[in-house]
Formats: sequence, structure tokens, C-alpha cells
Amino acid sequence: MATPAAPAGGARSGAGPEWGGFEENIQGGGSAVIDMENMDDTSGSSFEDMGELHQRLREEEVDADAAAADDEDGEFLGMKGFKGQLSRQVADQMWQAGKRQASRAFSLYANIDILRPYFDVEPDQVRSRLLESMIPIKMVNFPQKIAGELYGPLMLVFTLVAILLHGMKTSDTIIREGTLMGTAIGTCFGYWLGVSSFIYFLAYLCNAQITMLQMLALLGYGLFGHCIVLFITYNIHLHALFYLFWLLVGGLSTLRMVAVLVSRTVGPTQRLLLCGTLAALHMLFLLYLHFAYHKVVEGILDTLEGPNVPPMQRVPRDVPAVLPAARLPATVLNATAKALAASLQSH
Amino acid sequence: MAEVAESPGDPGTASPRPLFAGLSDISISQDIPIEGEITIPMRSRSREFDSSTLNESVQNTIMRDLKAVGKKFMHVLYPRKSNTLLRDWDLWGPLILCVTLALMLQRGSVDSEKDGGPQFAEVFVIVWFGAVTITLNSKLLGGNISFFQSLCVLGYCILPLTVAMLICRLVLLAEPGPINFMVRLFVVIVMFAWSIVASTAFLADSQPPNRKALAVYPVFLFYFVISWMILTFTPQ
Repeated sequence: MATPAAPAGGARSGAGPEWGGFEENIQGGGSAVIDMENMDDTSGSSFEDMGELHQRLREEEVDADAAAADDEDGEFLGMKGFKGQLSRQVADQMWQAGKRQASRAFSLYANIDILRPYFDVEPDQVRSRLLESMIPIKMVNFPQKIAGELYGPLMLVFTLVAILLHGMKTSDTIIREGTLMGTAIGTCFGYWLGVSSFIYFLAYLCNAQITMLQMLALLGYGLFGHCIVLFITYNIHLHALFYLFWLLVGGLSTLRMVAVLVSRTVGPTQRLLLCGTLAALHMLFLLYLHFAYHKVVEGILDTLEGPNVPPMQRVPRDVPAVLPAARLPATVLNATAKALAASLQSH
Repeated sequence: MAEVAESPGDPGTASPRPLFAGLSDISISQDIPIEGEITIPMRSRSREFDSSTLNESVQNTIMRDLKAVGKKFMHVLYPRKSNTLLRDWDLWGPLILCVTLALMLQRGSVDSEKDGGPQFAEVFVIVWFGAVTITLNSKLLGGNISFFQSLCVLGYCILPLTVAMLICRLVLLAEPGPINFMVRLFVVIVMFAWSIVASTAFLADSQPPNRKALAVYPVFLFYFVISWMILTFTPQ
């Protein structure tokens, strides 16, 4: 080995000139290149390379002592070098495998592209559907088309949440257990999802031709009427106005939903059951939203001059813990009845 | 290494040499080592960068991040159609703004009578889940913006509303009254409009052109809810 071997490879960073090449090749994603130059393999060349390594190290040093010390260091580095490289390679491959598995699982479960076709709408489509949701169609012999999209209903639910929040703030509603925002979101989303599921279940029982997506879309667009009524009546506190709007606007949107469902159901009993339930729930929800979250201005005026009627408050559903289980529902019902009576009285 | 070398030439052979006979002249010896690098050029550069930021002092890192956040604040305050916010997004700014807003909106009292106001966790959750919902919505509508870029833009555009909150807090130190309310209302409305304009300037380009309104409406709702929380805040 008399030949002064030129250092293989150009610019190498790292601890020593030899081991730097390993880092460049191994670290980083996807590089499966192993620098075989100094790997321990069955050919005898690695020993020759070791020899070269020692030689090189010896040549680099000027002092004999330093050379000797580095000799040992170099050898030590050498052993650690390729073991380290092996372990690094293994770790890299394990990381790659783990990452591949995780991304596969993620793309399977968290794939929002499943929802993408339901959001494929144009603004004028949304506008026309909003307007159509207030227009009941007379043709009930032929199943009416329902657009299966989720953008409009979702935006309407969020708008209802915002309007509800506005109403609760202006009426200084006191929520004892929970927060304003949580209550608003829970109410609106709970209504949309819960009543949709319930009506879908009833439709399944009554053999109506409607899918869950269509029911969600139908009920979602039916909330447009609610949004309009609440937006107006939370700002103009006239009860006659509210009742008028409740009947007119609420009634129109309910009629539209009922007409669509009737066109898709066969048999008078089934139609009655399905549409009666939907109509009742829809109208009562509007009533509930108005009275539960709305300041009663007349009530306040009454307290100033007339009998001491407290302004509308959400009744705390505190159930006393001492009661036996059998009397609990009765107590809750009593509390609800009292609250309703108080609210109706104060109007 | 055995040198398999045929003598280069037997002069005077009249017979035609086989086609690749001359190749046997080539031999590989240890004298000429084969050189080469199988490296990925970008990798080494990025690793150099990584190691250099790892070794710098903490002050340098913090100052650099703060400067980046400050630059983005400037972009929000003077919204132009640029994609600085989009190109190097970071979530430090939104975090700072969200925490500041939530701290200022928090009710001081732990009274059960008056906990109708937002608490820290509520504001935090509203901001982040609202931003996530808007991002998902804009992605589903066909936008070509990434998840974190959108979060970054929405978070940074809360800056005008945070400024409005600060002003409202200061105004509330004066005596309450209708003028107080009108001033606060005006400030909040102006900042709300500013937020929407800023976020539209950044987000609108990422949507297909006919669906901009569909993507902007939830942003409008989101900032409306935050503005409403700011406007109706009354300290105890």
C-alpha cells in the first residue's frame, strides 16, 4: 500500500473525511444509498480500506504522539462509524415504514375528499335554493327533486348560531351550566342533526323515498325561514309581529318541506305521520328559540309598574339530589311547566 | 489486481480482429480509484441550514421569529395582494393574538351569577375551531390553499379585532353611556371590515373565481362572532 490514495469523494463534511460521506448519503428521506466503500462485507477490501484509513490518518499527523493517539481514535471511530451507519440506516427505514403506515391510516379516515362532492355548488345555485325553500310546490304526485348538498345547510346552521348568540347577548340570558356559545352551537347543530336523523328514521318506517343526505339538506334549507324570523324579531320586540312571522314565514318553509316529503311517500297514514311530526317539530323549534333566548320587554315594563314578574330567564335544570328516582321526571316536568307558565303569563 | 492485458498489438496479423478485442486492454487497477458522490444536493444544503439554526443562540432564534411575526402584522395592517403570509406561514402570530384576545375577554369574577360571558377556553376554542371549519370549507369548495396556510391567514387577520378590543377596554374606563357604546360600535365595525378585507385579499386568490363569495361568507360569520364578543364585553 505504497500509493497515497487520494481521498475518495469530493467535499465531505463531518467528523472525518471518510465518515462524512455516510451522513450525506443516509440522512434524509428516501435515500437508500449505502456507501459500500467502508462497509464490512465479505470481500477483503474493507480491511484494505482500514489499512488505508490508518495510513491516511498517520500521514495527516505531524507528531508521532498525536498520530498514535489518533490512530486509536481512528480505529475506534472506524468501528463506531459503520455500526453507527447501520443503525442509522435501520432507524431510517423504520421511520419510513411508520410514516407510510400513518399516512395511509390518515388518508383513509381523515379524508375530507369524501365530502367534496357535497360542496360542489355555485353561488347562484345556493341563492336559488334559498329562495325555493320558502316556496311550497303543489305537485305532490311526482317525487320532487332535492339537491344533496351540504354547503347551504351548514352555512345556515352557523348563521342561526350567530343570530342566536346575538339574541342571547341582547337579552342577557343567564346560562347557569355552560356557556353561551356552547349552548347556541349545541342547540342548532343538535336540532339539525337530531331531527334529521329522527325524521329519516320515521321515513324509513313509513317507506318514504328519501336519503339521509337529502333529509339533512331539506331540513337545513328549512332553517332559512327560522333565520329570517329570528333576525327580525330579535331586533324588533313586538309579539304580534313575531306570531305573524311565525305563521307566515315558518309556515311557508314548513309547507315546502311537507310538500317534498308528501311527494315522496305513499299512503295517507304514512304521509300524515311523517309530515305531522316534521311540521310540529319545525314550528315548535321556532317558538322555543324565540321564547327561550329572548328578552321580554313587556315583562321588564311590568316589573317597573305592575306585579313583580321576573324577566325571562332560563330555568336552571338543577335537580335536587335528595329526591328518589321515581319523582325526578315529575320534578323536571314541573320545573319546565312552571317556566313556561311564567313566560306565557308575562306576555 | 491482476492485469488482464493482452499485448496491444501483434503487428502484421492479417486476420481481422474480433470486434471488442481492444477492450481487453482496459484494466482497473487500484491506482485509479473510482470517484464519485451519490448525494442529493438539496439535502446537504438544508442540513447545513438546520445545523446552523440549531447552533445559534436563543436570542437570535427568538428575534428572527419575532421579526417574521412583526412583518406579517404589517402585511395585515396594510393589506395588499401579496403572498408573504402564504409563502412562509407560521402559527406564532395567531397564537399570540388568540391568547391576548382570550385573556382580555375573560370575565374576572368567578361568580356563578354572571358567567354569561366568554371564558378563556371558550374564546380559544371558538377561534381555532372556527378557523379549522373555514379552512375545511374552503378546501372542500375547491380551493388550492393548504390547511396551515389558511389557518395562518385567518389567525393573523384577527389582529385588527385585537386592536379593537384594546381600544374598547380603554374606552370602557370612561363613564358608561350611549356615547361610549357608539364609539365602541364604530371602532368594532371598522376593525371588522378591516379584518374581512385583509383576509379576503389573501384568501380570495386561492379560490376558483366564481366561488369567492361562498368562501368569504363563513369568514364574515367568523369575524362577526368575534366582533360581537368584543362589542358586548363589559368588565365587572
